[in-house]
Amino acid sequence: MGSAVADAHADHDHHGPEKGWRRWLYATNHKDIGTMYLLFSLLMFFLGGGMALIIRSELFTPGLQFVDPAFFNQMTTMHALIMVFGAVMPAFVGLANWMIPMMIGAPDMALPRMNNWSFWILPVAFGLLASTLFMPGGAPASGWTMYPPLVLQTGDAFPFLIFSVHLMGLSSIMGAINVIVTIINMRAPDMSLLKMPMFVWTWLITAYLLIAVMPVLAGAVTMLLTDQFFGTSFFLAAGGGDPVMFQHIFWFFGHPEVYIMILPAFGVVSEIIPTFSRKPLFGHDSMVYAASCIAFLSFIVWAHHMFTTGMPLTGQLFFMFATMLIAVPTGVKVFNWTATMWRGAMTFETPMLFSLGFLFMFTIGGFSGLMLAIAPADIQYHDSYFVVAHFHYVLVPGSIFALMAAAYYWLPKWTGHYYNEKLGKLHFWLSTIFVNVTFFPMHFLGLAGMPRRIPDYSTQFADFNAIASVGAIGFGFSQLLFVYVLFQCVRKKGGVATAEVWDSPQGLEWTVPSPAPFHTFETPPRVTSGAAFS
Amino acid sequence: MQRSLQAAGPFSTLRLLFDRPASGPVTPPQKFAITQFRSNRRNWPLVSLRALRIAGRKREFENAGSQRTWRMVASLQGEQSMIRKLSTGAFGALFADIAAADWAINMPKGVTELSAETYEIHMLIFWWCVAIAVVVFGAMIYSLIYHRKSKGVEPAKFSHSMTAEVIWTAIPVVILLIMAVPSAELMIKLEDTRDPDMTIVATGYQWKWHYDYQGEGVAFYSTLARPSVEARRRGSGIDPKSVDNYLLEVDNRLVVPKDAKIRLLLTSNDVLHAWWVPDLAIKKDAIPGFVNETWFRATQTGVFRGQCAELCGMDHGYMPIVVEVIEPEAFDAWLENEKGGAATIAAVGGE
Repeated sequence: MGSAVADAHADHDHHGPEKGWRRWLYATNHKDIGTMYLLFSLLMFFLGGGMALIIRSELFTPGLQFVDPAFFNQMTTMHALIMVFGAVMPAFVGLANWMIPMMIGAPDMALPRMNNWSFWILPVAFGLLASTLFMPGGAPASGWTMYPPLVLQTGDAFPFLIFSVHLMGLSSIMGAINVIVTIINMRAPDMSLLKMPMFVWTWLITAYLLIAVMPVLAGAVTMLLTDQFFGTSFFLAAGGGDPVMFQHIFWFFGHPEVYIMILPAFGVVSEIIPTFSRKPLFGHDSMVYAASCIAFLSFIVWAHHMFTTGMPLTGQLFFMFATMLIAVPTGVKVFNWTATMWRGAMTFETPMLFSLGFLFMFTIGGFSGLMLAIAPADIQYHDSYFVVAHFHYVLVPGSIFALMAAAYYWLPKWTGHYYNEKLGKLHFWLSTIFVNVTFFPMHFLGLAGMPRRIPDYSTQFADFNAIASVGAIGFGFSQLLFVYVLFQCVRKKGGVATAEVWDSPQGLEWTVPSPAPFHTFETPPRVTSGAAFS
Repeated sequence: MQRSLQAAGPFSTLRLLFDRPASGPVTPPQKFAITQFRSNRRNWPLVSLRALRIAGRKREFENAGSQRTWRMVASLQGEQSMIRKLSTGAFGALFADIAAADWAINMPKGVTELSAETYEIHMLIFWWCVAIAVVVFGAMIYSLIYHRKSKGVEPAKFSHSMTAEVIWTAIPVVILLIMAVPSAELMIKLEDTRDPDMTIVATGYQWKWHYDYQGEGVAFYSTLARPSVEARRRGSGIDPKSVDNYLLEVDNRLVVPKDAKIRLLLTSNDVLHAWWVPDLAIKKDAIPGFVNETWFRATQTGVFRGQCAELCGMDHGYMPIVVEVIEPEAFDAWLENEKGGAATIAAVGGE
């Protein structure tokens, strides 16, 4: 089979990629599709980031200065939807597209045409979603969690919201199927499952999570749709329904979703830390088991988002204990990364800096997560800025930093040129300082009693809000530096990268030239030793 | 009547199955009456109402160092409003400035036994996290300093250790067990809404609260106070800092007696809301079509402020909750006065 694939692709090589727009619209090459995913997510990152800056500008001082409460709620809702579904998830799918075939020695993704479709659905989905900003009644304003009955008060935007969520889900499910089929069927002959690199492993687990929960989300929003337009009462008490049932269904999707956004980040960091510590990843197999364990637990903790909804005591206790358990496998991962660095010979290039930033700040987010798991204390934390601080710590210096680390790590492989190391490091330090200035004070605000999702606040919250806003603006503008570094690198301004790029990194992706040719591994590579992939 | 207001929710059937049995036959909550109330009290001091209020105020001042300044201000202003006088004097403005300079960074200890226990749990977990952070970050930082290539170190070759994995799986499990026990105990207490001294039904509306003192015939809406309403509009030209308790003041406060077990039944008329007062350590969702219950017993007089904590639409940020805890005698007088007011309104309406 391997030689058949090789023959087919050898034929392609004579004319290479198509020219002009056809190359992108009709793309079936995993690298092209990966690039489109990554650029699309970067665009969405800035769109969602712009909305965050509108939010933070309004919250700079008490009183309303720039926007009205209704528009403020639209901004918080759209910011979350765009960042979750438009920035973080597609960015990891982009990395999966680029790297999984190259890491397992496959010539491409298993289902290239579906791959094309799953990408091109996304601009349509987000076009629909963004268009709601210009509709009567404005964009959805009920929070990304879309709780009924409030979400049913959405204006003309409502069906567009539902349909765009359906499309995002469709795209994710197809992407996930592609990842699973690729990993299960197209590994190099000698690569057993436990020899796979951690990034591939975490993506395999993530893909299963996606397939399990995206249909649940689709079901939940479809029920909203029929409640609104077809006279059903799934979530309407007046018709015998239950508004809280939506929360159960939503968070059954929503909590695994959290791990969908962080497991690939674990994978990225597990690739980078060994490279720059010059030491194999500590406890490769236990990392796999820990990730699987986290994935399993993510299905039985959903109601910890709902401690204030009036669950029975036994329910609250169960979800508290189950949630606390997640700290164990997560702890194992953090300890293993630390052990990987231990007695290594570390250097601190930009990807390593971002990974270390991830390691420290994700752990801080983990601590606040443990605090939030404690149900009686959560009564106070719930829906306050403490929660905002928590999930931004795991998502921004967590997922986003891992994405930045990945981009810097593989950029020379993608473009064939090094990025500007000095600017990369500057980008890291500015991001790290500002991300903490932005989100650390939010812990204090939440504990002092500031609820989330409010456009205006009492004067005793003024100081920390001002600090957070300054940090947010600093963080936002620091990201322009990343675009500049990217641009420079793509324009071949940096030094020419070798095939290995870094100091003896492990993995098949470093055995192909830089930039990676349009077609790689047309004949499957020989995997010589297991150690190379641990 | 109150029996029918069973706390319901998605698991209401399960709840019935698993609810701990009451120590005796479940009796419907007693109607609030001063005699009943006194019999439940512990250490009822035989001092005048006036002396108690002065003592209360003194305690507020003494606590000001550790507690938030704005609460002290709130308490003082609360006394003024008790006699229905709007605090607009220079006194209020002076304290508003102090409040604006406040840097509260931690959860309030609050004014109920359980809010204090919630605070203790919060701090317990926090210090455990700090301890773990010191160890983990310590190891990371040590490694970052000493295990770098520029120091000329040769990287070690080890890549796994069963012993290490077992140790750092087992230790967290033990720590979690230590955390879980007191947390579960507190959770059980928080859910124990039996035998209340009085019951108040709070109903969320977009965007105000309605309070109904069960069986007393006293009910009223509680909306954002006028000065905040005027200042909150975009381009109002009013500096929020010049408004006392900006966004945290209402026209009609929820007045409750000190040391009484108040059961709160929560529901909603439209969308989800949540009733949150940090000093009482209560946050519970108000759900249309369902009734949630929670409780508190304030051990201090004063005015305690909170907000709606569940996104409920455009003016979610503008439906504060203000609870005024007063001495039982004063509460009785207040309740009588309110009943008179209601009677008057009824009479006027009847004409």
